[in-house]
Amino acid sequence: MKLDEFFVTGDPLILGSQIAIGLTMVGLVVLITYLKKWKWLWNEWFTTVDHKKIGIMYIIAGVLMFFRGGVDGLMMKAQTSRPNMEFLDAQHYDEVFTTHGVVMILFMAMPLLIGIINVVMPLQIGARDVAFPKLNALSFWTFFVGAMLFNISFVIGGSPDAGWTSYFPLAGSEFSPDVGNNYYAIALQIAGVGTLASGINFIVTILKMRAPGMKLMKMPMFSWTTLVTSVLIVAAFPIFTVALALMTLDRIFGAHFFTVAGGGDPMLWLNLFWLWGHPEVYIVVLPAFGMFSEVIATFSRKNLFGYTAMVVSIVAIAFLSMLVWVHHFYTMGNSAAVNSVFSITTMMIAIPTGVKIFNWLFTMRKGRIKFTNAMLWALAFIPNFTIGGVTGVMLAMAAADYQYHNTLFLVAHFHYTLIPGVVFAVFAGLYYWWPKMFGFKLNEKIGKWHFWLFVIGFNLTFMPMFFVGLDGMSRRMYTYSESTGWGPLLGISAVGSLVLAAGFAALVYNIYWSFRYASRDIGGDPWDARTLEWATASPVQEYNFAITPQVTDHDEFWLMKKQGRNTIKKEDVKDIHMPSNSAIPIILSVAMGIVGFFLVFEWVTLAAIFSVLIIGGLIANSFDYDDGYHIPAKKVWETEQKWRGDL
Amino acid sequence: MKKHFPMNHVIGFLLSIALTLFALFIAFETDFTTNVKLWIIGAFAIFQALVQLIMFMHMTEGKAKVANIINISYSVFLAVVIVAGSIWILTTGHAAH
Repeated sequence: MKLDEFFVTGDPLILGSQIAIGLTMVGLVVLITYLKKWKWLWNEWFTTVDHKKIGIMYIIAGVLMFFRGGVDGLMMKAQTSRPNMEFLDAQHYDEVFTTHGVVMILFMAMPLLIGIINVVMPLQIGARDVAFPKLNALSFWTFFVGAMLFNISFVIGGSPDAGWTSYFPLAGSEFSPDVGNNYYAIALQIAGVGTLASGINFIVTILKMRAPGMKLMKMPMFSWTTLVTSVLIVAAFPIFTVALALMTLDRIFGAHFFTVAGGGDPMLWLNLFWLWGHPEVYIVVLPAFGMFSEVIATFSRKNLFGYTAMVVSIVAIAFLSMLVWVHHFYTMGNSAAVNSVFSITTMMIAIPTGVKIFNWLFTMRKGRIKFTNAMLWALAFIPNFTIGGVTGVMLAMAAADYQYHNTLFLVAHFHYTLIPGVVFAVFAGLYYWWPKMFGFKLNEKIGKWHFWLFVIGFNLTFMPMFFVGLDGMSRRMYTYSESTGWGPLLGISAVGSLVLAAGFAALVYNIYWSFRYASRDIGGDPWDARTLEWATASPVQEYNFAITPQVTDHDEFWLMKKQGRNTIKKEDVKDIHMPSNSAIPIILSVAMGIVGFFLVFEWVTLAAIFSVLIIGGLIANSFDYDDGYHIPAKKVWETEQKWRGDL
Repeated sequence: MKKHFPMNHVIGFLLSIALTLFALFIAFETDFTTNVKLWIIGAFAIFQALVQLIMFMHMTEGKAKVANIINISYSVFLAVVIVAGSIWILTTGHAAH
């Protein structure tokens, strides 16, 4: 392979990015070396097994990927802002919508949610860490390596261009011979390993490590949604693993699972993809529901309305989510019976979701609502998400779907579910739990700018898309003529995307401003909250709880405050056993990244040789007998005195 | 904690490889009709699943009976949905006629 085939050349936009990426990397290396921070980075972050630090790394990566996916979105909006635009050509547009979809779902939504789960869930159930801290680090690093491998595609070799769904036969090697789709198959496979491991880790943590007295039905709602999401991950991700493995065999090793000519069936890919893909959207939305539940209860100053109904409805949503996947391809030519059954199961999902919406409204009823930024996001979620939900029921009707299928109506629908459902939730969660992670609050005033710009921009961007969709514009069209009459609406949509981007910029500015100027004197419980994570210092001490809390009922921390139980005695403090840092997860993940990179370019022999690194890393891990270390009781007591003050 | 050689895992690992190769052999190197091949491979798949459950998932060892029952029924539910559902969808559509 020649060098000019290896690097993507000939497009000024991409050349600009290549130079920018090169300069940024050199700049970072120089800066870290200059500040002598390499050792600190390695010891404190890269090899850490602390769930809070891993969570923070997930969140940083998620925010960076949000930026990247957002730039993709802005480029699409610029291209369609006017008829016959010549900003991107068809190929470039195809690559941009593909990476936008993949990055936003798998490398933005997933890490932000898993990051917040990592930080909050163990604290909420009164645990010292997750069940398998080292596996948790491996989860993060495989995700990160997978994400980076996917991201370099646009400067090295070329990006995947068959859509985030990568349907065969287009995604097969006959019609997409370039390496782009290999990136899709390999990078998502590596990241998927981490997600599956996270799912298992969270299930074991919740089932085995809850504080004494915390029965499952007394567990905070966010932890409940984490449990159910994790079960869904374990159920659904293996399907994607298999589908991607078959895709890899087809593309790199000449198999024909999805090619008609070789006796395969491209529809099998659609079937497998959505068997994973539909549960996946509930995997991202359920933890978001949990976050809203916590935020709404805290800032309505009431306990959550209808706790049992909430639990039943998330379990019902999870159960039904495995039974609806055909609604993504009603038009594939299924029998009438198939379409009818899946139409009904799809509409049934609206029932438990509706139950949840009413429970949130009843939680707020007669509450003394505090309009903090976190609460504003939760309030905006309800009407916006309902628009997404109602249009979803329209799409659920198989007969009507023939009209909506693959139009911008559909695109507008799923942005109305995923942005209020997931992005608003992540923002609510970030504003709410930020003090727990970093020891200071984000600024409320700049936060209002962030909120209004983002919500207005979001509606301006996606509301017009419902109408051009009904008017016949199919998704993924890179250009259109003036006679279609779509120009004005798409122009509004493009302006909206700039407002949306300004909202994101306000968030970034808010983080910067608060990092520099916000008060550090906020105590452990700045919101007067209800659940156990607030019984710790801000930022949380490395061992989480000096003494494992005894749980008596829902909203345990609220009761502790009411009953004056929120103190500890010196004689109760014991040595605390902690897991040691480990370099194996990052080394193993980087090894997977190297092997993956060779597989992308179909250099199979090199990949096989470097696979020895992975196997070696696994063997080395089996002989790692490090049993961790102890923090002496005296030191624990000193730390507790420092933040509690009054002991 | 007593350390002993993980014999079950090694047997399970070898059996999994052998069963997979066997299925490949049946599919590529024999002259059975497609229908017979599918039945044989299907039988191997079920046997393989049992190997996984017993050798790796310790299905027979758990103390928590209720949890085991929930796990098994959920797994059966998933397997039926994925396998039977896929066959139903892919064999009854327009393309199949």
